[in-house]
Amino acid sequence: MGKTAKKTSSPYAGRIAARSHFRTLRLDTPFQPRIDALMKQNDWYSWAGYRAPASLWDEELEYFAIRSTAALFDISPMVKYLIQGPDSEAYLDRVTLRDVTRLRPGRVQYTAWCDDEGHVLDDGTLFRLTEDAFRLCCQERHLPWLLDSAIGYDVSIVEETEEIAGLALQGPTSFAVLREADFDGVEHLKVFDLAGFEHQGGTVTISRTGFTGDLGYELFVPANLALSLWDRLMEAGQARGIRAIGYTALNRARLEAGLIVANADFSTAEHALRPDRVRMPDEIGLGFMVDAKKGHFNGRRAIMAARDGKKLRHVLVGIEIEGNIPAEHAIVYHGKKKEVGLVSAAGWSPLAKRNIAIASLVRPYGHTVNDDLWVEIYAMRELKYERLMKRARIVPRPFIKLDRRTANPPADF
Amino acid sequence: MTSSEAAAPQASRWNAKSDVIVIGGGHNGLVCAALLARSGRKVLVLEAAVEAGGGARTEEFAPGFRVSSVAHILNRLHPDVVKELSLEAHGLKLEPATHISSVSLSTDDDPLVLTGAYGEGLLGASDKEAAAWKDLRAQLFRYAGILKPFLSRRPPDLGGRMSMAETFALGQTALALKKLGKEDMRDFLRVILMNVADLLDEQLTDNRLKGLLAFDAVLGSHLGPRSPTSLLGLYYRLAGEIGGRAGAQTVPAGGMGAVTAAIVASAEKAGVVLRTDAAVRRIVVENGRAAGVVLESGEEISGSLVVSAADPSTTFLELVGPRELNTGFVRKVGNIRKNGDAAKLHLALDRPPQFAGIDTTGLRGRLVIAPSTDHVERAFNPSKYGEFSPEPVMEITLPSLADPSLAPSGACVLSAVVQYAPYRLREGWDAGKPKFLKAIMNILERYAPGIGKTVRHAELLTPRDIERRYRMPGGHWHHGELQADQMLMSRPVFGAEGYATPIDGLYLCGAGSHPGGGVSGAPGLNAARRIIALER
Repeated sequence: MGKTAKKTSSPYAGRIAARSHFRTLRLDTPFQPRIDALMKQNDWYSWAGYRAPASLWDEELEYFAIRSTAALFDISPMVKYLIQGPDSEAYLDRVTLRDVTRLRPGRVQYTAWCDDEGHVLDDGTLFRLTEDAFRLCCQERHLPWLLDSAIGYDVSIVEETEEIAGLALQGPTSFAVLREADFDGVEHLKVFDLAGFEHQGGTVTISRTGFTGDLGYELFVPANLALSLWDRLMEAGQARGIRAIGYTALNRARLEAGLIVANADFSTAEHALRPDRVRMPDEIGLGFMVDAKKGHFNGRRAIMAARDGKKLRHVLVGIEIEGNIPAEHAIVYHGKKKEVGLVSAAGWSPLAKRNIAIASLVRPYGHTVNDDLWVEIYAMRELKYERLMKRARIVPRPFIKLDRRTANPPADF
Repeated sequence: MTSSEAAAPQASRWNAKSDVIVIGGGHNGLVCAALLARSGRKVLVLEAAVEAGGGARTEEFAPGFRVSSVAHILNRLHPDVVKELSLEAHGLKLEPATHISSVSLSTDDDPLVLTGAYGEGLLGASDKEAAAWKDLRAQLFRYAGILKPFLSRRPPDLGGRMSMAETFALGQTALALKKLGKEDMRDFLRVILMNVADLLDEQLTDNRLKGLLAFDAVLGSHLGPRSPTSLLGLYYRLAGEIGGRAGAQTVPAGGMGAVTAAIVASAEKAGVVLRTDAAVRRIVVENGRAAGVVLESGEEISGSLVVSAADPSTTFLELVGPRELNTGFVRKVGNIRKNGDAAKLHLALDRPPQFAGIDTTGLRGRLVIAPSTDHVERAFNPSKYGEFSPEPVMEITLPSLADPSLAPSGACVLSAVVQYAPYRLREGWDAGKPKFLKAIMNILERYAPGIGKTVRHAELLTPRDIERRYRMPGGHWHHGELQADQMLMSRPVFGAEGYATPIDGLYLCGAGSHPGGGVSGAPGLNAARRIIALER
């Protein structure tokens, strides 16, 4: 926690104090002592101001932990809000795109929210903890927006990013690890279910969610219980190949799963400086979230008007590229000549055995015109760029579909 | 005339498809209603108070004494409103014989009188000053004339959704600017956002004249004469006209209620039904579209259009509610600056007061106590810190002199707008009001010795009182500060600037919309024109 804000008479003093995270340039997460102990590479990156591992020892092994055994990934830097009160359901129904009235307690929704113009502010996961309590997890900070959205609702919004530690446990043996760690009843969790479990006199909230397209769970605990939870999982996972991983491995897995990352695959509305960089849900593959049948929600008019007036300019697609050279940040062409978009994430998929990518294209390319698409890859080969023009084919996302992700009961090992 | 007895059973009459519900029977709501009725629509006006008029009413404030309640001078009733509603045929008198002069009072000097339409003549000044004023006056009207056409149009649409006629009208403004000539156009652009004090210092020397102009520029706003952009207030005033004379002013016989009565008569003739004592609790929104209203009584009235003359914050945050609106829009509406800084004083006097150097004709004019620019600026200073002016500035009328029916025989009504009286008084208005009244009476005693002993009853309306009594949040007669950042397409906020709102079928038509407040009818006029253009 940073120093508290200077004493001030500003009506926003409370808000400023509640967002003191920036006062520490590089924050540590509650799991830092354990991650530091395992860190062989000193390969850190900044995740929302937190010191987070890109890779701990070997990114290949870390990736294969996700796909073959169990991977443990610290998601504490994820921004978290606790939203409580009798109007919390109505409040979130107005803030987010999906129908929150259909989200039952004990369930999780992948969702997104927009500004007045219908431009996406962020995507994230909404956990309905009880009838009147929700946790919203996302990439960017939104406290002022969430507080201003609360005008007219009986609801309280608390930023709990630093108070709540989070872990993702992902991979085919992840259920076995939890069972071995004596989280009784975890076998009942179906995909997007959540439940509370006892840990050291406190509660750990476990949901069957993740960012890998694999069987996996996410665990949230108060920060003071973080280390003991880590130890409990690592100990239980010893015989099941558990391994702490960094973001490089996770990023490959999420690409295979076709999942997008805010401010990597699209610019969020509050980050975009240039007027054409903002995106509507339909332009980043999140149109399915927009629930036209529910009542008013932020951006509704603009989104519907864009749909009716055929004003949607972009489209986000999965593409498969010939060869095996990653097409990271490559330009996409139509007919090898006309520039029609950009690849935002790319890589060889070890699981699909395909060269895959996520790209944003300018309509009609990627929407109604899908043939004759190419990507231009600049491959640096000993101080010389090899310029490769490779054929690209639009393919459905996810690029991989694993039955074990949704299997009930989850597979034991 | 009104039909408060027409209660619930009639509601079903208003279920037909073409109906318009106007919320608020102030002058703008009535003007809009009348014009919509004349376009063939069935219009129902719902007024919360027991009589129509809002801030443009004549009310009894002491037994036998009646006064124009908030607005007391008519100087900008839009000529299109007068014409299209045939207000003169409905009893409104605007001919030059009713126009009044402005008198700047001073304790150091004789009064200075601006005769005719805003100082066509100047009595009591040196020849040199009179000549300087002639030039400045001509310039002020020339420049105000450039802005004048904007009053009766919707603000320019930045999204480019303008009709040929609207684009042409905007082009006319550019042409008018060009017609000024190079020098004058340059000077227009130089001064437009200036403070009034600096402009006056450039051209005038007489403190009484400068004080009066400075006062008029900041009247009704939270600005001092040295605040940037304060000159805009003067242009706003001078863009008004009465009886075809720019800058003219009148105190209507029968008070401001007579203006409302003429508008009501015209509206009812056009088929408008006015229900008083019918406060609206909320606007019903179904699938993003206004579908009607619910009254405080619980009665529901449906209509295919809802037009709100209530101020924008009330309309959006209370009647519609944030749930039907976007967060960013709610933020903008919440940020509208709308705290009033002017109070209204009503005195019931035993006899007409005696102001030094003022004859009986002078007494019928508008008496301004603002003896210098510095005086106005000093009066403003405390209001920035939540305190009232210990030496307030004010404009006074004695309406019962021209219309004896407003007071018992021989007695006199004094009506004054007094500045500055910040809505958020630090000590609170319960404690502050008697002190402020005392400060005002001290000033009056200085200019009209003996007046204090003749006061039978005093009513002081602080912005808090105006807020409560006339349903104007912040007690602001413009329904939101009328400053550069809250004008044209920024009035009341971007997203509701063209009278249409984010809710389909819901329109604004009150002072909170362009061009702003004062008894002009212009927002109501523009709103009606916009609704007729959009809702066929």
